[in-house]
Amino acid sequence: MSVYYELRCKECGKTWGNVPRSFCEECFSPVEVAYDYDSVKKVARRENLSSRSFNMWRYAELLPLPEGYEPPNAVGGTPLVAARNLAARWGLKSLFLKNDAVCFPSLSFKDRVVATALAAARHFGFTTVGCSSTGNLANAVAAQAAQQGFDACVFIPADLEPAKVLNTAVYGARIFRINGNYDQVNRLCAQIADRFLWGLVNVNLRPYYSEGSKTHGYEIAEQLGWRLPDNVVVPMAGGSLITKIAKAFRELIALGWVEEKPVKFFGAQATGCSPISSAVKRGLARFEPQKPDTIARSLAIGNPADGPFAIKQIRESGGWAEDVSDPEIVAAIKVLAETEGIFTETAGGVTVGVAEKLIREGRILPDETTVVCITGNGLKTTDAIAAEFPVTDAIAPRLDAFEALLDNQLANAATAKGN
Amino acid sequence: MPVTIEIPTAFRRFTDGAPKIDCSASTIGGALNELTTRFPAIARHVRDESGQIRQFLNVYLNEEDIRFLGGESCSLKEGDRVLLVPSIAGGLGR
Repeated sequence: MSVYYELRCKECGKTWGNVPRSFCEECFSPVEVAYDYDSVKKVARRENLSSRSFNMWRYAELLPLPEGYEPPNAVGGTPLVAARNLAARWGLKSLFLKNDAVCFPSLSFKDRVVATALAAARHFGFTTVGCSSTGNLANAVAAQAAQQGFDACVFIPADLEPAKVLNTAVYGARIFRINGNYDQVNRLCAQIADRFLWGLVNVNLRPYYSEGSKTHGYEIAEQLGWRLPDNVVVPMAGGSLITKIAKAFRELIALGWVEEKPVKFFGAQATGCSPISSAVKRGLARFEPQKPDTIARSLAIGNPADGPFAIKQIRESGGWAEDVSDPEIVAAIKVLAETEGIFTETAGGVTVGVAEKLIREGRILPDETTVVCITGNGLKTTDAIAAEFPVTDAIAPRLDAFEALLDNQLANAATAKGN
Repeated sequence: MPVTIEIPTAFRRFTDGAPKIDCSASTIGGALNELTTRFPAIARHVRDESGQIRQFLNVYLNEEDIRFLGGESCSLKEGDRVLLVPSIAGGLGR
């Protein structure tokens, strides 16, 4: 027996079956995947998971997958790290890091959304897939398209970090560099999806794509021993992830897999691109778009498609949103690396920096269980922190040279301490 | 006819299939009003009950979001293109 799902309009409720489309043709509001939860309850059993591998496909009944779909890869299943050192530094009792910096295959949480998007692309018969991207999504599309035999076309801002461009090119994807920011690339892709029969994962396949984010939330709950945390701190670019983690938690409650409890959702942005956090902090009904100016390129979306939903989710949960400056992002990347041995990209610096700020503000309390979502890998954004670590002088391969250097360093350390 | 409004495929059922509409308005707001006067069925998809451009419809003047250009009062010149692009949000999923 299979699970029934189809697209449903968020505003007017009209259903559309399963088609590659992101908005309602009746009222032009966004559509989402809606499930027949009675059929889900009949086939989804928590005890069935014990015989399945620890990756995102263990929750197959809760995802929009065509009947008989055989997952071609082992995406997800990332560690939930008990961050004792960082917790001690921040004065918290219970802090966890959901570490998608090591997500398979391309080292960001975008692997999850591409996995469900390509399942839909195959079902709809697309041979070419693509995306507009700030980098991580392009990597994920290129990698999984290569493995699954799709042609990949990705659209990126021309000034993207070199590592993210290389990490897309290596898989053989066609890269279109656009002279403009992400929002302009995204608008172009909406026009391209309107003209060409391509499966653009975050445009016409977006309802299926965004459902993959739920697995980040399922894993958090399962790894906490089938319970929900008190707080979740989530980076926000387009604003989709925070709403999908919330949807995952609601579904687990509805299935009876976790006990119902309030969870506060906290959104994290860079100050240089903070349309959602600004709207939350100023109490605005609608966000105001911004021109991004931040080193956190993967979060640099000034016109976030899911911004209105993210704002609603944060407010209704009793959470909050904050943002941090570029120097604070760099400092937070270093703090995470030095305390927990995890090297995250600039987006992770945003999330860690915002978490610290929320604790200082008293919005996250010491006795609560808090999960901070790390969504990308530091190896992709080394340019952002390179200046922090100047290359040291080399010495001759002799013991006396090493001893002289050591003496010099000790003297410098003593001088610095004296100051 | 100085200005062109480009109509996405999903909206063309309201414009008798026309992908482009020429208009003579001098502002963005004027262009949208000309469009909705000429094709009344499209009106409720362009503006909400309070008369604001709908939250999930993005309007561009050439390559720029009109919210960076002063919104509906932004003036138009000959050869300008006004683009209507439905938002691509994924939804909250209640």
